[in-house]
Amino acid sequence: MLTLLFDGIAYGMLLFVLAVGLAITLGLMNFINLAHGAFAMAGGYVTVLLMNKLNVPFLATLPLAFLFTALVGAALERTLYRPMYSRPHLDQVLFSIGLVFMTVASVDYFIGSQQQIIQLPAWLQGRFDLAAVGIGKYRLFIVVVCALLTLALQAVLSRTRFGSRLRASVDDPRVAAGLGINVNRVFLLTFAVGSGLAGLGGALGAEVLGLDPTFPIKFMIYFLIVVSVGGTTTITGPLLAALLLGIADVFGKYYVPKLGAFIVYTLMIVILTLRPQGLFGRAATR
Amino acid sequence: MSAAPQSKVAASLAAQSRWKAWELALAALAVVSWWLLGEHALLANEVAILALFAVSLDLILGYAGIVSLGHAAFFGFGAYTAALFAKHVMPDPLVGMAVAVLAAALLGAVCSVLILRGSDLTRLMVTLGVALVFFELANKLDWLTGGTDGLQGVVMGPLLGRFEFDLYGRTAYAYSLVVLLVAMFIARRVVHSPFGVSLKALRDNRLRAMSIGLSVNARLAAVYTFAAALAGAAGALLAQTSGFASLDVFDFHRSADVLLVLVIGGTGYLYGGIFGAIAFKLLHDLISNWTTQYWGFWLGLFLVVLALVGRERLMKPWTWFRRSAT
Repeated sequence: MLTLLFDGIAYGMLLFVLAVGLAITLGLMNFINLAHGAFAMAGGYVTVLLMNKLNVPFLATLPLAFLFTALVGAALERTLYRPMYSRPHLDQVLFSIGLVFMTVASVDYFIGSQQQIIQLPAWLQGRFDLAAVGIGKYRLFIVVVCALLTLALQAVLSRTRFGSRLRASVDDPRVAAGLGINVNRVFLLTFAVGSGLAGLGGALGAEVLGLDPTFPIKFMIYFLIVVSVGGTTTITGPLLAALLLGIADVFGKYYVPKLGAFIVYTLMIVILTLRPQGLFGRAATR
Repeated sequence: MSAAPQSKVAASLAAQSRWKAWELALAALAVVSWWLLGEHALLANEVAILALFAVSLDLILGYAGIVSLGHAAFFGFGAYTAALFAKHVMPDPLVGMAVAVLAAALLGAVCSVLILRGSDLTRLMVTLGVALVFFELANKLDWLTGGTDGLQGVVMGPLLGRFEFDLYGRTAYAYSLVVLLVAMFIARRVVHSPFGVSLKALRDNRLRAMSIGLSVNARLAAVYTFAAALAGAAGALLAQTSGFASLDVFDFHRSADVLLVLVIGGTGYLYGGIFGAIAFKLLHDLISNWTTQYWGFWLGLFLVVLALVGRERLMKPWTWFRRSAT
């Protein structure tokens, strides 16, 4: 029971790290980016390929996964995404679905459609018992890493100059630009970091979530649930939503395997119908 | 003085709803295509079904401005209803069609409550969620739907008691074509009615539409129900002409494809869905023959380019190079 709860928390934390970039993109630029999962997949593949082909140790691949996806994210933001910000939502949806289809097919072509297997280092394998609660070591690792990331993110957003610039740009890009904030650069950096976090999440989650070319489509809905249920105005909202989703999903799959995903989707529809701005969101200003 | 502009407006609205020569020609061409497309009837049948599906999406996307990623819910619901009805109640296709359309319309009416509130993102999520819920339902209720194996053993009765569905899809195409023409006729009436005009008004500016006294929610619910009924008809056509219903009908790919079809053909005018369906199927056939497995890549590339270039300009090739020319 508590083991399940712990697994759920680990899953939720993972989802949060995967989705937080999307929360920022959506909240910040009001841009519907369905291709977020593609960045996560890229991170996962970086880890897998580095480990299997070049024998890089697992821990070392994590920062590389972050860096690689952040760079790709920055490049794409500059070239493809920026012209799309001001377009209608339908165009953004089409654009990002197109990106997803392209990545799925290219990964299939270059790497193959089989499930990728990741060999964890010995000290992360197995589980130990803590007061009769079985805790997977790797799950614990995920929880610790994700918790640290969350704290760091919160600190950056609320304490640093960059954080306040970012929040200013979220609230009103025009006024922020008028005050001399280089909004484009803030967006670029944020997008890159968001993509990097997704890549890191993908790398961490490769063992738990599985990794194959259909990853972006399979998990797209989960990211979107986290963001839309959590609301896009804070990062605590998506965090709570991600934890809720993770726990509900693990419990649902364990106790009522026949209805697992069904419950999650129904819950989402109900919540969004009752609270269109998300559970923790405040009313939209635009 | 005040009467003159009013009569002008009335005249322009009436002119829009008048049958144009090319529309009649198109309908005639559709009928003639049954004789011309002898051996390609199966493909043509798929095009007709896709066209009907796209037209139904156009009603809510192009006319009412609701972005939906889950239109396959109604398509699939119609397909499964028709297939189950044929299997367990009676095999007559026309009765099955009526039942499927009614069922899909009912579902649309229920779901329309969900799309009235929230932003584009919320609506996107809710429509997607509804389609996913049905996908899961069809997957898990395997005693009823056959789960992942699909619903097998559906035997269709002959059309009107006389015309058997043959292997080459001749009857199927004729059937789909007639349904498509009837649906187009009804949709055309709806779109050019005052109701249809008011839909465009609330798409363009919901606040203003509300303040001149249009009941926005009732209209959205009505058009959503109507579109769901048409999508259900398309799904029923697919199930009846193939004698099979599988999980594929609820798949995300189907909702995304139909969106693409509509975008190729152009949103907000009734024939966009039809032209889009023809172009999409031909393109699909062409690329699949060339590279089967990676068709998704070219589809994706097409979408990205389309979104970057702008979809208004796609159907107007003479504007493609305008910016570079000036």
